[in-house]
Amino acid sequence: MSLIPLAAIIAVLPLLFPSAYYYRVAALVFIFAIASLGLNLLMGFAGQVSLGHAGFMGVGAYAVSIGPSHLGIPSLFSFVLGATVSALVAFIVGRLVLRLKGHYLAIATLGFGLLLAIVFANEATWTGGPDGMTVPRFTMLNWPIRGAETWYWISAVSFLLGAVLAFNLIDSPTGRALRAIHDSEIAARVLGVDVAQKKLTIFVVSAVYASVAGSYLAALNGHITPDVSGFLRSIELVTMVVLGGMGSIAGSLVGSALIVILPQALTFFHDYEHVALGLIAMSVMIFLPGGIVPSLAVAIGGGRRK
Amino acid sequence: MAEFLQFVFSGLTVGAIYALVAIGFTLIYNASDVVNFAQGEFVMLGGLITVFLGYAGVPLLLASVFAIFATSAVGFALYYFAIRTARGANAVSLIIITIGASIFLRGAAEIIFDKRFHSLPPVFDSAPIRIGGAAILPQSLVVLAGAVIIVMLLWVFIGRTLFGKAVIATSANRVAAQLVGIDTRVIVGACFALSAAIGAIAGILVTPITLASYNAGTLLALKGFAAVMLGGIGSGMGAMVGGILLGLLEAFAAGYVSARYKDAVAFLVILAILFAMPEGLFGKAKVERV
Amino acid sequence: MIGKTLSIATAMGVGLAAVFAVSAASAQVKIGAVLSASGPASFLGDPEKKTLDIYVQDINAKGGVAGQKLQLVIYDDGGDANAASTFATRLVEEDKVVAVVGGTTTGSTLAMIPIFQDAQIPFISLAGAVQIVEPVRKWVFKTPHTDRMACEKIFADLKRRNLTTVALISGTDAFGKSMHDQCISVAPKAGITVAYEEAYGPGDSDMTPQLTKIKAKSGVQAVINTGFGQGPAIVTRNYRQLGIEYPLYQSHGVASKQFMGLAGAAADGVRLPASALLVADKLPDSDKQKSVVVSYQKAFETKTGQAVSTFGGHAYDGLMILVEAASRAGGFDRFKVRDEIERTAGYVGTGGIVNMSPSDHLGLDLSAFRMLEIKNGDWTLISDSGS
Repeated sequence: MSLIPLAAIIAVLPLLFPSAYYYRVAALVFIFAIASLGLNLLMGFAGQVSLGHAGFMGVGAYAVSIGPSHLGIPSLFSFVLGATVSALVAFIVGRLVLRLKGHYLAIATLGFGLLLAIVFANEATWTGGPDGMTVPRFTMLNWPIRGAETWYWISAVSFLLGAVLAFNLIDSPTGRALRAIHDSEIAARVLGVDVAQKKLTIFVVSAVYASVAGSYLAALNGHITPDVSGFLRSIELVTMVVLGGMGSIAGSLVGSALIVILPQALTFFHDYEHVALGLIAMSVMIFLPGGIVPSLAVAIGGGRRK
Repeated sequence: MAEFLQFVFSGLTVGAIYALVAIGFTLIYNASDVVNFAQGEFVMLGGLITVFLGYAGVPLLLASVFAIFATSAVGFALYYFAIRTARGANAVSLIIITIGASIFLRGAAEIIFDKRFHSLPPVFDSAPIRIGGAAILPQSLVVLAGAVIIVMLLWVFIGRTLFGKAVIATSANRVAAQLVGIDTRVIVGACFALSAAIGAIAGILVTPITLASYNAGTLLALKGFAAVMLGGIGSGMGAMVGGILLGLLEAFAAGYVSARYKDAVAFLVILAILFAMPEGLFGKAKVERV
Repeated sequence: MIGKTLSIATAMGVGLAAVFAVSAASAQVKIGAVLSASGPASFLGDPEKKTLDIYVQDINAKGGVAGQKLQLVIYDDGGDANAASTFATRLVEEDKVVAVVGGTTTGSTLAMIPIFQDAQIPFISLAGAVQIVEPVRKWVFKTPHTDRMACEKIFADLKRRNLTTVALISGTDAFGKSMHDQCISVAPKAGITVAYEEAYGPGDSDMTPQLTKIKAKSGVQAVINTGFGQGPAIVTRNYRQLGIEYPLYQSHGVASKQFMGLAGAAADGVRLPASALLVADKLPDSDKQKSVVVSYQKAFETKTGQAVSTFGGHAYDGLMILVEAASRAGGFDRFKVRDEIERTAGYVGTGGIVNMSPSDHLGLDLSAFRMLEIKNGDWTLISDSGS
């Protein structure tokens, strides 16, 4: 199983980390990798587009904030509750929206993401409003989880688990059905694939991934604002998926690493940071149109279809 | 009644702005199947270039003309260096390229201009027009008129001139167009430039109302995109109607439902409309090759 | 796959390491700043950044502080609280700063507070909300007037004019909402009734629906607009467009000459609380703040070519309070500096005269706010007696 080298790297990488800052950045990379992996399943394999996926991250993030502080629900249960609520919301929204195609689906998901962000920003008694709210220390059975280092391990291992799940999903009949849908929805339907149900399933699965990532992000930061589910965050997720490589699990990780690390690395550009960022995004997309990992795979030779 | 009328005026004001942005989206999409997320930046550039030239002492009319040409050049450059080089990339990759372009343009504007808000004087510096107890600014009517005129001009241009026919041919089937001798690169490049010009004109007309700043483009692109999808992608009439409808929805939501949630209400209505009409109001059903 | 993932991971690790090799250890004292120099709050963060740059250079040219030169490490969080947390961690762990002046927005400040509290580094925030210093946290201070003080100042002026029933129209952004909440909570004590509320999005271009509803409400005697950015300018214009006659109050979020330019003639008669910095040349010579604000205004306007803004002024105050505390402490020992910041007394800044204490990490009282009215395209001072 080709995930063993990834596991090895996760175990070994901390030896390169001189301080908590590196752990934090790496934790963020894996957290966003989880979210973009979920989105990749939706976009890369099933060929659907979602410009509002950060909304689900927001659900997970606010679940672990509101649960302990307003409802007295312990963090772990709130985390599971968040994922369940995300799945439920995805189910309902998906049924309404997945019949749309292409750009229409894009605008529908975008609108839905915006809706969530607006609710989070306005319902201040629950969410603290635009200034956000503090996230109570995440406790697992009364044992507090603190420190960027701990979150590094949690998010990295979760990403591994998520990748294993994704691999299994792709190689399953559902996964094959999804790839068929991606190639041609009509042909898949002709072959007897229940297109609507499969699309809904993957939408729900991808929402759960995003919710998990959102919960981790909130717990890591200790503070959450409505931006977590904003339009710009959704666009970041899509960019991670596309830059890393649609349909590639390693691509989700690479895309996330690029988007998370680049602003840190570009600080020496000072005022020119965004100019550089835009140029890099454009260049990668122009010269490596399939995304970084698939293009590298072709270059290194013998790209094996994931 | 006066209240209702005021809401209508507000909706028309904002809707005309969205319509102008949406028209720019539509032209590029028709020519190249690309949804250009940098369209909002074209609007921003039109406004800010004019403003800063004005500060430097250039008469505003001249500044506007220069801004339109400069922005068209940027639009063409976007096509030539980014879109054309990425020939054959799939739709999502192209969208990411335009998103990268919008980040780049925003970053450049940050440096070239500044981070504050700027305004332009309205075309008619007169008092608001009062009708039935409600007031509308003359500039809102200017923007509305601008949108109508541009759509009509485009319609004539695309439908009646040889160049316009080439655009239709390119968007229908690129290979066939090339086979009959149309240089599709020139056509698509020109459409990008024209779209950018429309965006710049929009910027110059709306800045007296919305104020201009280097990051004003993002929200405009978002609303413009929503307007385009509401009206049905690919249809100029749809872009216009979609824009105005979106503006009216927002105004009525702010007036009758809740100002806090007006964007949410507007989006819900759009979703409802798309649910009933999956190709938007004026969109053509897509024929999918199996 | 093994080759690919290995190479990718190595690239990640090497990339990270290489970039940070640049920030090698140096003998200078490092002061950190996380500002929103880009993004929706950039017109706040930009003057803050420029101010810090100008004055750190100035201080170093005059020999530094306690014999040491300062090195300013500025990061741009783009208005995003998540990015702010990452940069705060970087300042603490990588750059090893001794103090931080920054946090343009309340959201970024609140996100960064736990990091600086844990690391025990003095943090002077440049954001507006009162909850930054309430409850008082050992290592957290702030220089801008709180939104609650702005409400109190406006209410006092309203009472003087015998206007007791008001309508509130607020931006849904953090600043607008926060000040809205404060105004609602202090209104009863000030004898003011908030009869009606409306809201608008910070990026909206037309607020006539909301204002129409306010106009239709009977009994409203004045309107208060809490918000910042372009919204208040548009609200002001729409206000006149609709012909609403009763007084309009703005917040200190529009405290810059830009606002007047954007709102145009519609701004005439608008009142707002602001720091003395905006009316520097109109202050009587006996005013204690006059020399500080005049010299800051001149320095800022000459070096940047832009009109002065109170947001930059808050950054100036933050830096100077820090620097003076360090001088008194004889160095940059974090604990001593923190104690000295807390002992700031009689510091004359652009925002007012600062007297901090263990229970007050802001140090300003209502007299630090001046009530201004816009007349004929310029500010005029309304004295405390109402003229």
